[in-house]
Amino acid sequence: MTSELDIFVGNTTLIDEDVYRLWLDGYSVSDAVALRVRSGILEQTGATAAVLQSDTMDHYRTFHMLERLLHAPPKLLHQLIFQIPPSRQALLIERYYAFDEAFVREVLGKKLSKGTKKDLDDISTKTGITLKSCRRQFDNFKRVFKVVEEMRGSLVDNIQQHFLLSDRLARDYAAIVFFANNRFETGKKKLQYLSFGDFAFCAELMIQNWTLGAVDSQVDDMDVDLDKEFLQDLKELKMLVADKDLLDLHKSLVCTALRGKLGVFSEMEANFKNLSRGLVNVAAKLTHNKDVRDLFVDLVEKFVEPCRSDHWPLNDVRLFLNQYSASVHSLDGFRHQALWDRYMGTLRGCLLRLYHD
Amino acid sequence: MPGKLKVKIVAGRHLPVMDRASDLTDAFVEVKFGNTTFKTDVYLKSLNPQWNSEWFKFEVDDEDLQDEPLQITVLDHDTYSANDAIGKVYIDIDPLLYSEAATVISGWFPIYDTIHGIRGEINVVVKVDLFNDLNRFRQSSCGVKFFCTTSIPKCYRAVIIHGFVEELVVNEDPEYQWIDRIRTPRASNEARQRLISLMSGELQRKIGLKVLEMRGNAVVGYLQCFDLEGESGLVVRAIGTACTLDKLSSPAAFLPACNSPSKEMKEIPFNEDPNPNTHSSGPSTPLKNQTYSFSPSKSYSRQSSSSDTDLSLTPKTGMGSGSAGKEGGPFKALLRQQTQSALEQRGGSPHRFCRRREFPFFTLTAFPPGFLVHVGGVVSARSVKLLDRIHNPAFVGIMGNTRSYKLLDWNSFNSDEPETRDAWWAEIRQEIKSHAKALGCHAVVGYSESTSICEEVCILSASGTAAVLNPRFLQDGTVEGCLEQRLEENLPAGCGFCHIPYDELNMPFPAHLTYCYNCRKQKVPDVLFTTIDLPIDATVIGKGCLIQARLCRLKKKAQAEANATAISNLLPFMEYEVHTQLMNKLKLKGMNALFGLRIQITVGENMLMGLASATGVYLAALPTPGGIQIAGKTPNDGSYEQHISHMQKKINDTIAKNKELYEINPPEVSEEIIGSPIPEPRQRSRLLRSQSESSDEVTELDLSHGKKDAFVLEIDDTDAMEDVHSLLTDVPPPSGFYSCNTEIMPGINNWTSEIQMFTSVRVIRLSSLNLTNQALNKNFNDLCENLLKSLYFKLRSMIPCCLCHVNFTVSLPEDELIQVTVTAVAITFDKNQALQTTKTHVEKSLQRASTDNEELLQFPLELCSDSLPSHPFPPAKAVTVEKASPMGEGNFRNRSAPPCANSTVGVVKMTPLSFIPGAKITKYLGIINMFFIRETTSLREEGGVSGFLHAFIAEVFAMVRAHVAALGGNAVVSYIMKQCVFMENPNKNQAQCLINVSGDAVVFVRESELEVVSTQQPTANCQPSCTGGEVTT
Repeated sequence: MTSELDIFVGNTTLIDEDVYRLWLDGYSVSDAVALRVRSGILEQTGATAAVLQSDTMDHYRTFHMLERLLHAPPKLLHQLIFQIPPSRQALLIERYYAFDEAFVREVLGKKLSKGTKKDLDDISTKTGITLKSCRRQFDNFKRVFKVVEEMRGSLVDNIQQHFLLSDRLARDYAAIVFFANNRFETGKKKLQYLSFGDFAFCAELMIQNWTLGAVDSQVDDMDVDLDKEFLQDLKELKMLVADKDLLDLHKSLVCTALRGKLGVFSEMEANFKNLSRGLVNVAAKLTHNKDVRDLFVDLVEKFVEPCRSDHWPLNDVRLFLNQYSASVHSLDGFRHQALWDRYMGTLRGCLLRLYHD
Repeated sequence: MPGKLKVKIVAGRHLPVMDRASDLTDAFVEVKFGNTTFKTDVYLKSLNPQWNSEWFKFEVDDEDLQDEPLQITVLDHDTYSANDAIGKVYIDIDPLLYSEAATVISGWFPIYDTIHGIRGEINVVVKVDLFNDLNRFRQSSCGVKFFCTTSIPKCYRAVIIHGFVEELVVNEDPEYQWIDRIRTPRASNEARQRLISLMSGELQRKIGLKVLEMRGNAVVGYLQCFDLEGESGLVVRAIGTACTLDKLSSPAAFLPACNSPSKEMKEIPFNEDPNPNTHSSGPSTPLKNQTYSFSPSKSYSRQSSSSDTDLSLTPKTGMGSGSAGKEGGPFKALLRQQTQSALEQRGGSPHRFCRRREFPFFTLTAFPPGFLVHVGGVVSARSVKLLDRIHNPAFVGIMGNTRSYKLLDWNSFNSDEPETRDAWWAEIRQEIKSHAKALGCHAVVGYSESTSICEEVCILSASGTAAVLNPRFLQDGTVEGCLEQRLEENLPAGCGFCHIPYDELNMPFPAHLTYCYNCRKQKVPDVLFTTIDLPIDATVIGKGCLIQARLCRLKKKAQAEANATAISNLLPFMEYEVHTQLMNKLKLKGMNALFGLRIQITVGENMLMGLASATGVYLAALPTPGGIQIAGKTPNDGSYEQHISHMQKKINDTIAKNKELYEINPPEVSEEIIGSPIPEPRQRSRLLRSQSESSDEVTELDLSHGKKDAFVLEIDDTDAMEDVHSLLTDVPPPSGFYSCNTEIMPGINNWTSEIQMFTSVRVIRLSSLNLTNQALNKNFNDLCENLLKSLYFKLRSMIPCCLCHVNFTVSLPEDELIQVTVTAVAITFDKNQALQTTKTHVEKSLQRASTDNEELLQFPLELCSDSLPSHPFPPAKAVTVEKASPMGEGNFRNRSAPPCANSTVGVVKMTPLSFIPGAKITKYLGIINMFFIRETTSLREEGGVSGFLHAFIAEVFAMVRAHVAALGGNAVVSYIMKQCVFMENPNKNQAQCLINVSGDAVVFVRESELEVVSTQQPTANCQPSCTGGEVTT
């Protein structure tokens, strides 16, 4: 006796969250059944392995049919074939577009092209995430990227509107799209200690302040591309370190203000010029695409690492950066206050986030 | 009477890409009705075209309006080649023809293609203007309302229940026409879909005419079926119960209803002689003597299933004259006599309307209180027929053996074809009628008909429950001879229907009678089998459960007559065994009555399958069932003896366990009260398997009473051993689950609003080597049990819950394939609200509200008084339940109720039940009756057979929901999948499936919303609660 055909169709489509997770994780039906058996479900329900097999197959078939719709989530809402309660629809979409931290760290900032797709094998081996799941996640990134890449308006809003993701997930995707578009290097060994959350945080600050959208909300690609004019202007900041008087004045202002407040005051005093040079040079270099890509490498090399080697506590870093940015306003010979604020405001946030072990 | 049909094509969405180059589609729409076609403009390069067409107007006769479907075809415009069809939508405009149903059809319909499935959606608005005034219009067949529901619809009151209506229409199957050899599968499928749609319309119109002749205005319990007879044609047949209904919410109907019929009804019993003994009727007595002569063929449980083995080989001679009984005997002769005399009575007059008086049948399964007086038992009849064979060369079709025969000369159909089919059914109905008479009953309720076809052999089956009805509800003449019937309204309700309708001294078959355990005045049988739902006023102890008997019998492959003879010979054995199994299982459950019994016999190439499903209950009025006792054949053998006693212990344990599980604790009754009513020699009941050559159940009765009686199973061979084993292998559902095949589960009344309707299909392939009956039985049994287990597992998140209206269908699509299709609804209930007595009260008043107006007046009152501490559906609680269970449809509803920007698709509930728990149906929008064909030539690519059928069934659900939503409804009740014919040819990567579904589209309002109305006006009569409901819709 062999089962030729075995199906279950409900008027309300049954969604089993556990099976959905297994499916998303890319397990084959037999692996999924084995995993479910291991979870003790048979003992709990008194079911047999055959029942579990049939149930898993059913769910997999349903998910397979839903997948086409999940590629364009608004379709899932308007389609008539599967009657699914809105809360479940939201869950399906959210889980489908969710990604693994380990995976996203591998792909973040890479071009979402066929070439990268070929590397998924290696990523799968490295991260232990099934190739199927890697493909889904990669395709999701690419799909979202393609749709919102050349769209007008807020990146997060666009993603939310076209993919119906939660605010949190839409922000993450915005970061992924932003990184992919600007190809920021995130894979260097130096950057391995950073989590996706760190990058996403920086991405959000940069989108808010450094993109075209930050000044004009009516242009294409407004949130995806950095404001080229702004990057050009950043060269002007160079005088802060090139002009020796300005540099000294800046240092003395910062030191005066922070004396007695920093645990690492002497280290700060000794390193001030190096740190300031590092931060300003990073700004000045941003005119070149290649240097833009290395932004995070540079920040870690030029600022995070020196401070960390001197064991600055996070609070001292905060106090220093606040004072460092604020003191520029008291430099009479410096005219680019607004530019400085736009640059340093974002950078300060990023640096504080990047500063950890 | 002409009318004007107006159609507007608004827009399309999610269309498929038809032009690869541009990834877009240039779509336009053809709207066709009858022979008139209109076209919209081509909307260039869009997958979401906005046609916004003018109103296309069709001026047509109402006959066409009833018969023809509106056909909408979406096409892709192609400048250089033929336009490609994207898909079609068929819209049945019948609901627009009733004055009380839908007024407009408007909404998104899935665009369906028989090869590709659903391909996008189209927004259509349809209206009908009838030129005549309403009154004149209602005199035409158009005004007759149709309901699939097998009880009086919830917002109507039955004024008169007229009786049985039937009709059938025959046509050649387009699949077998010569042209099918040259046209595409798509064209063939579409021709078939269209033809069936036309035939359904015609059938419905003809039935409507019959109803009007009877002066009725509605058909309740309308059941329409297709017989795909292959090359001999396509039969569409329907049965139903003609009624005159009054809408409750309309003030006109409300006023007179308050004083007249219900009161009268209540008064009768007081004028009646309370002596309960005289309930035999004059005219039926002579017949009883007659029928007594064939009592040995009657089953123990009054299930008079005398498989009619008539073999009608020459159907063209018509009128049953060709029937030649294989096994003569007095029984057969008598039957034929009866049939012939009945036919003579008809005097050859072809006036169809005469026939209804012949058959006092009712397709209803639930009745207004007081309607059902007594229930006699199940009556059934089967007959094996040979379909016409037309000797033409066979052609191999595209689907391999599924379409191997193509008709060359399809004009050879003779015009009296429907007459032949009619005669076949008339014969069967006549038999049913005489069985009922033998049981002292003048009517048959819960009546249904079915067929099973394999190649040219067809088994026709009919079954129902013999009953005595209260004539007040019936049109006089239908039930002559029952007027003197003593009514027992003065007896406590809840046992009256169990009392025997036949004369106890002149019983049609041996039975074991006792005084009713409830009223102690009337005689009751020890076991009661019925095809109806449990009457709402029946007193039940504990809960019920689904009981199934499953059986396979191998049969030699044979041709034509030989085949039919072989089947005829097997049928009695099957019926006997199915019945024995049912009885054993019932006893094993410690119960004494079966409701909703449905026995399906399916014929295949090399086997016969029997599947009986019913809901077992413990009726308080009936005696406690005895246990099952096992008797060994060789008492000398010590180890054997030990084995027997071991088995006996197991059986006793199972009975005890079941009694606990289903909460069966009948009150102890002292012996002397019961007494043995009939002084006859006592003997042990023996179920002798060896005697079955007498062609039917042989059961000697056990006249010992009380707890001493036992059902003896004699284990004389391994065969019997297997049977006992299989009895014990049926596992009860996991805790928190109950199942039944009736509308509601006896013993559970505190339903919550979460429902989940589903269809599950399984096909297994038998290993063809050395198949024995035992192996086959085991396979079939495992198939059904595993299917149930799967259902319990899948629906585990709904616990505590009950599977209601579990409907199993078996078919044998090919030699080694068994297909089982199950449709049911899972309903959650509230475990903590065990206040069952109050619940039953509310339930009853709810039920009565539809028919009994005195009760109706109390209805809002009861609702309010109840709603404070222990209302079955407190709104607050319902919300928490829905939150807790993520699967709930209720959840869906609650969320989508406020205009949600995200979701545009309204929820449509589907249920095989006639009601929606926690809600009140406020309007019936019309019947949904849809037929779909789906075919694929890329089976593997669509996920194999499972993927193909899964998608198709999901699509069918979607199309049903879309049609209901377009009518303005939010649910389908009495939903049924009447046919699911699946054929595959994996070698050719092809499969085809036909599905036929029906149901009633309704508008329902949550009870919580209704409560607001009723609490605001606590002393008001029913009017506000009804109209209030409509306002909110």
